[in-house]
Amino acid sequence: MKSAVLVFPGINRERDMARALKLASGHEAQMVWHAETSLPDGTDLVVVPGGFSYGDYLRCGAIAARSPVMDAVRAFAAQGGLVLGVCNGFQILCESGLLPGVLMRNARLKFICHDVHLRVERSDTPFTRGYNAGQVIRVPIAHGEGNYEADEETLKRIEAEGRVLYRYCSADGAVDEPSNINGAAHSIAGIVNERGNVLGMMPHPENHVEDIMGCTDGRGLFAGLVAHLEKAA
Amino acid sequence: MKARVTVTLKTGILDPQGKAIEGALKSLGVDGVASVRQGKVFDIELSGSDTAKAEAALKDAADKLLANTVIENYRVEVLG
Repeated sequence: MKSAVLVFPGINRERDMARALKLASGHEAQMVWHAETSLPDGTDLVVVPGGFSYGDYLRCGAIAARSPVMDAVRAFAAQGGLVLGVCNGFQILCESGLLPGVLMRNARLKFICHDVHLRVERSDTPFTRGYNAGQVIRVPIAHGEGNYEADEETLKRIEAEGRVLYRYCSADGAVDEPSNINGAAHSIAGIVNERGNVLGMMPHPENHVEDIMGCTDGRGLFAGLVAHLEKAA
Repeated sequence: MKARVTVTLKTGILDPQGKAIEGALKSLGVDGVASVRQGKVFDIELSGSDTAKAEAALKDAADKLLANTVIENYRVEVLG
């Protein structure tokens, strides 16, 4: 799996992401600066990592979403290429129009940095095939604006099409009010686009991939992507 | 030419910041505050003097960047 990790001014999770990608695939990820107008040849996966691109000025992700490299990412996604956005990366994908909806300020206004539980809603996608449907995983979040919102019609559509891949839940998998950490609509933690090749999620699977991190629940996502690409090749 | 673009949240969109400000105003004893919605104001200087062109450019700016039309409305004013 050849991965390209986008780098914008203010991004700070790109090295964590590159480390997780290397661990899962055995290949070094290529860092791609935001001013580039193309992606490296043979790219299998584009990752938009977390951080605070442009200091979250205007709206989180808004300015990064308009940078030159995003035109290349749009073209890549239009051809069916896999795109993963985590945290600020999710915000950037929403702002760029690759995913519907928007990430608003957390309902209780606080920046939240701790582990959460996620329920994997289905296992038949490139982004979840390393898990079982209904499996509960533990991964960290670190965000002030992760409260997913979209209009009623959009929410109805993404639910009907099974495009919610990860939902905030309790340790035993119950999707309920107390476990909906940031107030997201339908407890949404991660969604895919209509074609299913672009995932945005607020939690950081890349930070739970090695024993030293205290948990390896994030590995499944990367292992699943590697398995998907191997099968496709 | 001076112009102003005002961006406001659409009706029905949750505004936790507005709610917090509303609560603070109430706790300060400011009378008669029923609700608060927070928005943004952009004061923009334009070169040229064609008002119609200016309005078109401002609308373009708002659509492309200043507002996220999923959740926000905007208003464009050329102030002269």
